[in-house]
Amino acid sequence: MAKKPVTFILNGSERAAFAEEGLNLLEFLRRGIGDLSPKYGCGQGTCGACTVIIDGETHLSCLTMAVAIEGRKVETASGLANGKVHPLQEAFMEHFAAQCGYCTPGMLMSAKVLLDRNPAPTRADVIEAISGNLCRCTGYEPIIDAILATANMRRLA
Amino acid sequence: MAMHRGRGFASINYPIGMNLGGDPSQALVHSNPDGKFTVALSSIDLGQGMKSVTRQIAAETLGIPVADVYVDTADSDTGPHCMGSFASRGTHRVGNAVIQAAQEARAVMLEAAAEELEVDATDLVTDGRGNIHVKGAPSRSITTMAACQAAQFKQGRTVSGRGIFLIPLSEVDPETGEMTPVSCFAHAAMLVEVEVDDETGEVSVLDMQSAYEVGRALNPKLVEQQLVGGAWMGMSHALWETTEPYYPDRSHGPVDFNNYLMPGPGDLAPHHISVLERPAPDGPFGGKGPGEMCANPVLPAVANAVYDAVGVRIDELPITPEKVLRGIRANGGARPKMRLARTQFAGAR
Repeated sequence: MAKKPVTFILNGSERAAFAEEGLNLLEFLRRGIGDLSPKYGCGQGTCGACTVIIDGETHLSCLTMAVAIEGRKVETASGLANGKVHPLQEAFMEHFAAQCGYCTPGMLMSAKVLLDRNPAPTRADVIEAISGNLCRCTGYEPIIDAILATANMRRLA
Repeated sequence: MAMHRGRGFASINYPIGMNLGGDPSQALVHSNPDGKFTVALSSIDLGQGMKSVTRQIAAETLGIPVADVYVDTADSDTGPHCMGSFASRGTHRVGNAVIQAAQEARAVMLEAAAEELEVDATDLVTDGRGNIHVKGAPSRSITTMAACQAAQFKQGRTVSGRGIFLIPLSEVDPETGEMTPVSCFAHAAMLVEVEVDDETGEVSVLDMQSAYEVGRALNPKLVEQQLVGGAWMGMSHALWETTEPYYPDRSHGPVDFNNYLMPGPGDLAPHHISVLERPAPDGPFGGKGPGEMCANPVLPAVANAVYDAVGVRIDELPITPEKVLRGIRANGGARPKMRLARTQFAGAR
């Protein structure tokens, strides 16, 4: 398959790499760029483990073509920590919101978009925001708590 | 057509570990040249907290800070033998093996310290902050790092220990069928409230009240994490999950997450948990294991609550809307509070 150059912003830095035309963004990020934070779960858009942020919106990277991100801004969980861990990551640790940790990068992405748009979400807002992300360990409760706690901390700060 | 509420109760005794030809786990502990310790295990941490709890157990036994212990669970080729992380056995079996290994390593560490301080090893104590000193004389002290380095570079000792914990095979008595497969039981009781829609057969869990007896909760936050997540899995198995919905007929079996049903974040029920601590005599620092027991009481409690709500007794999991509706139809309609009605009737007689 023909390869195309793709230039995009990944977590604030400009990146360029070649991608086969049919390659999905998840494989491109993991194998082409070496960012292993988006996870391969189901490969068909039902588990949310591969969630990334493109131009401020959550996208399932397994269902997104790599060539489609030309010129766009992509954020992944590996870009959250900036010198120190992101408040969401801090809250996830504080509330024991990860067990095996496989869903965590996707959860963090969905949570970040929610809080960027809605600084004072209700519990129902949080549930809706993470309803596309499956978790098999925690029973979701600690994840919901962690996201609500981050919002509260930000309002106090 | 109406919504019916019901309550169900269940309690369980849950055996820790299993007994297929004996149930052993091993641990190896050794000090590194920097005075820190490595615990080598073949047991796996799947997120349940195996590494954290064995680290605490090793630090407590060695008498050193938790920060000075590293737990390596990486490799069953090079690590000592372990049956594995299952049957809620990790904390109990592996924890006991770690205690034995750490006690042996501690004894060597104290002998090395004794030689450096020119005192008897039986007079030495650790302060848990990285120092070893003479009992009653804190100024006569040496750091654990200096003691371990002296052992390795001056005295030629290995500060190390081997540990194994074995529950041996219990043979079945051919006359009575009696056996003693496990030494330790954890316990749980749960009350579940559900709402059943007699038009659709759908069951929603409204509330869960539980008490779990886990021995000593060696790491309370990890115990809570296991109980919250595990009970959710129990609810999921009671009402959603199956790979064989019409077993032995394979039709309608799920092949991916599109078809495999489980509750999402919008289907949670408030869960009020009490953790009861009754330290186990043969557990590491009294610990048993929450593990699988987190999920177990939920299933019978939900089945009982459905019976209480609409009078349908379902004994095949999961309790799908289809099964509930068929049951209601077979009974000629929903029959709420069957148990109560029967009791009142018996009383009237």
